[in-house]
Amino acid sequence: MSAMDSSILTLVTFIPLAGAILLLVLPRRDRDIRIVALITSLTAFFASLHLPVHLHRALPGFQYMIDKPWIPHPSIHYHMGVDGISMWLVVLTTFLTPLCVLISWKSIHERVKEFFILLLVLETALIGVFMALDLFLFYFFWEATLIPMALLIGMYGHGRRVYAAVKFFLYTMIASVFMLAAILWLYAKTGSFDFVTIQSAIRSGHVENFAAAAPWLFLGFFLAFAVKVPLFPFHTWLPDAHVEAPTAGSVLLAGVLLKMGTYGMLRFNLGLFPEQSRSNAPWIVVLALIGIVYGALVAMVQPNMKKLIAYSSISHLGFVVLGIFSFTPMGLDGATFVMLAHGVATGALFLLAGILYERRHTYEIADYGGLATPMPVYASFFLFIVLASVGLPLLNGFIGEFLVLSGAFRARPIYGVLAATGVIWSACYLLWMYQRVFFGKVRHAVNETLPDLDAREKVTLWPAAAAALVMGIAPLLWLNSIDPAVQNALAPFTQLASKVVGQ
Amino acid sequence: MNPVLSMPQSLPQAADYIRILPEIVLSIFGMIIMLLDPVMDERRSPKALGGIALVGSLAALVATWYQAQFPGLGFWNMVQVDSFSVFFHFLVAAVTVVVILSSYEYMDVQEIRAGEYYALLLFGAVGMSLMSSAVELVLIFIALEISSISTYILAGFRRRAAISSESSVKYFLLGSFATAFFLYGVAMMFGATGSTNIATIAGVLRAGQVPVLAYVAVALMFVGLGFKVAAAPFHIWTPDVYEGAPSPVVGFMSTAPKAAVFAVLLRIMFEAHAPGRIALIWVVAALSMTLGNIAALVQDNIKRLLAYSSIAHAGYLLVAFAALPDNGIPAVMFYTASYAAMNVGAFAVISHFAGAGERYVSLEDYSGLGRRSPLLAAVLTVFLLSLIGIPITGGFFAKFYVFAAALQANLVGLVIVGVINSAIAAYYYLRIIVFMYMREPRTEAPIAPIPTGLGWALAISLVATIYLGVLPGRILDYASRSVAELLR
Repeated sequence: MSAMDSSILTLVTFIPLAGAILLLVLPRRDRDIRIVALITSLTAFFASLHLPVHLHRALPGFQYMIDKPWIPHPSIHYHMGVDGISMWLVVLTTFLTPLCVLISWKSIHERVKEFFILLLVLETALIGVFMALDLFLFYFFWEATLIPMALLIGMYGHGRRVYAAVKFFLYTMIASVFMLAAILWLYAKTGSFDFVTIQSAIRSGHVENFAAAAPWLFLGFFLAFAVKVPLFPFHTWLPDAHVEAPTAGSVLLAGVLLKMGTYGMLRFNLGLFPEQSRSNAPWIVVLALIGIVYGALVAMVQPNMKKLIAYSSISHLGFVVLGIFSFTPMGLDGATFVMLAHGVATGALFLLAGILYERRHTYEIADYGGLATPMPVYASFFLFIVLASVGLPLLNGFIGEFLVLSGAFRARPIYGVLAATGVIWSACYLLWMYQRVFFGKVRHAVNETLPDLDAREKVTLWPAAAAALVMGIAPLLWLNSIDPAVQNALAPFTQLASKVVGQ
Repeated sequence: MNPVLSMPQSLPQAADYIRILPEIVLSIFGMIIMLLDPVMDERRSPKALGGIALVGSLAALVATWYQAQFPGLGFWNMVQVDSFSVFFHFLVAAVTVVVILSSYEYMDVQEIRAGEYYALLLFGAVGMSLMSSAVELVLIFIALEISSISTYILAGFRRRAAISSESSVKYFLLGSFATAFFLYGVAMMFGATGSTNIATIAGVLRAGQVPVLAYVAVALMFVGLGFKVAAAPFHIWTPDVYEGAPSPVVGFMSTAPKAAVFAVLLRIMFEAHAPGRIALIWVVAALSMTLGNIAALVQDNIKRLLAYSSIAHAGYLLVAFAALPDNGIPAVMFYTASYAAMNVGAFAVISHFAGAGERYVSLEDYSGLGRRSPLLAAVLTVFLLSLIGIPITGGFFAKFYVFAAALQANLVGLVIVGVINSAIAAYYYLRIIVFMYMREPRTEAPIAPIPTGLGWALAISLVATIYLGVLPGRILDYASRSVAELLR
């Protein structure tokens, strides 16, 4: 392993933070600040490309590991590592952040310095969440995402931003206390915060009282993740947060923050408590299915574009949870792929909504109509992303949902049947929204003179559109590295299954 | 033969003086200030005298470092230099440095022209330092009085404001009352064990049947000390005094004397093996946390809010007193250090923002501070996050160690009370942050730029807060080592 391999994770994580510190001392010249933020986020993105390029695809388990003692008492390590699943989530984060910087170029004109500092700090925290292999470190990054995100919503949001920010903060904070309790219990019994150590201690049965405590520990972790996903019925903070958040906040919220929840379920619930995952799966799957259908139906009747996309996220994330708790390799592959595809497509939808908001300062669908005439380029980008999100074959939404559905069918056909309706619903609400916003005659005179995309906005949208296309045409580029990690995550389940069969 | 009652047979040696070197240094500088004050030009004197006080407290830091090379007893077993006392000497001197730095411009803005302000700060520090190294109850009492009398006067330094005089008088009356309790407890302890020396008391209490009188003595001493650290139900004075006193002084008296009193409490509770410890602490800790946090929820004045928060923090700290000494004592020491860093810092921000006559101290005034002075708001945010106990700040590990120590002593009930309280506390600290960042400013009037002295004060407390949150290991190791010396 080269020196680069052992330091790349640290580098990728802390480049944005270093940029934020640089911004802190820079004078308040908004243009310079934007440029530094852009360069920083691009640097982080290119550095993170090292990960997929140099990953050993054949090896299961974590790579690029770094493990240094940090605090002797309690024994906390700076332990980072990625596998095929978390690596792509890291790349997703670094991919979306430059787009967020670009989309905020003009729309943020007050307290510009603070905005980009918060954005970059948030990026570091998000990357850290996906890389941390020490439970304490994980919890630390997990909580660290909360403050910049709440501030971004509360300081730069729209109308009821304070309400939305506080609600977001309290929901996630209270839920994660349960996870902290579970982490501390594990530390008390194993003397370690290290994920790998704890996992092997549990698998070899060296944890005293584990059988009695495991259902509660499972729930402690699960609750924190379920609120983040958000799984029905913990979803009520999401529409508020999305509607009030500034565009960049929505992009990162939908694109990455929600995946912290599903990633956590995959890594910690499945990784540490396979038996409890198995026994709790039925009701979790039911909640996921309710989320898929309910999110889609509520999205259908939303008069507000951003709220519509927010509810569609609830529906899509339901697919991810369904895939994870189907315990089939296809389901998990698909779940991971949906996480990435949803990050790109919904991130792009929020970018598009933000572009419109910059021009008209409203998200109400009724305020638009016939936009295809004044804004043809915008309309075609929008259509492309909508189709990707709907799951048109050859675009990225299709692959993931297809895999999840096949996994769900394999687990239990009824799951697949019910979930498949979600795909139909999503076509309905997204295309219907598209029709109302873009087709027909221009109904409001102000909309007739709306300028089409400028160069900066095109530069913002092209990468997302290109990613949606490439992911749809060549999904194997991603699945090749996701699959070994998934097989590794499912190893205890196949053993479990063979044990059951053996009996 | 009792060491106090017998006349010393020999004169003090040079080694004895090294045992109280920081106190000597502080006293000399304090007296220099007193002597220079009348002869100096009144307009220039505060700056110059402040400079002398700064040099004095820095010299005390150096003296503490020098003293640490020569641990041992001095002055006929009345003072003891060990890692434990050195830790608190450092803490008190460091807080004094920061407070002097943040008072520098404050005195100008408030038009307080009195050189004795700095002298009193130094004399107060003398008392607090002595408290942490005294191992003799009568000497502890004297040290307590030195520190208290200085702070009584300091609380009344905003002479134009009636509220400040009220604060001073209230603090003085109730404080004297409390020290009387302490003295009464000392007398009873002497009656119960025949000594006022902590080591001798420990010997007696460990050896045989614990006399009932000793329980009464501990309770009385605890009442007196509980008043000084503002633990419920002896906290009534706190909000009024904090509201009236000058902000830098509040920063001072909410941290340094408290740390010193906690040092005394540690010596009495653990080194002297005080009986009835856990029951006493359990009740007072739970009460302080709950009362402090609930009352803080409804405060609209930031100084009163932080006063109630300091009551709650005294409660968290006391939780560790109910734990086993091996992890309880380091937890207390770590907590006092990180609480000192964040609270002194928070009051430094408040003292600057309050403006002439301390007009801007209501939460409403903090609306839009993030827009009017981003730097000040960001720094205050860090201190508030630390007070909540968010990771990478000292406040997080402080709480972590306290609750971990309590869990190891199987005090599950107390920990649950503490965790629920931390959750409640998050609300009112966040409220300040919400005001600063998410409300429109009521006025666009610019805030005076941060002066140099205050800038240093903020930088020191900020670095300390973050350092304790990122690398808590070294401080905790040091504290753990000193436990071994304390419990020899």
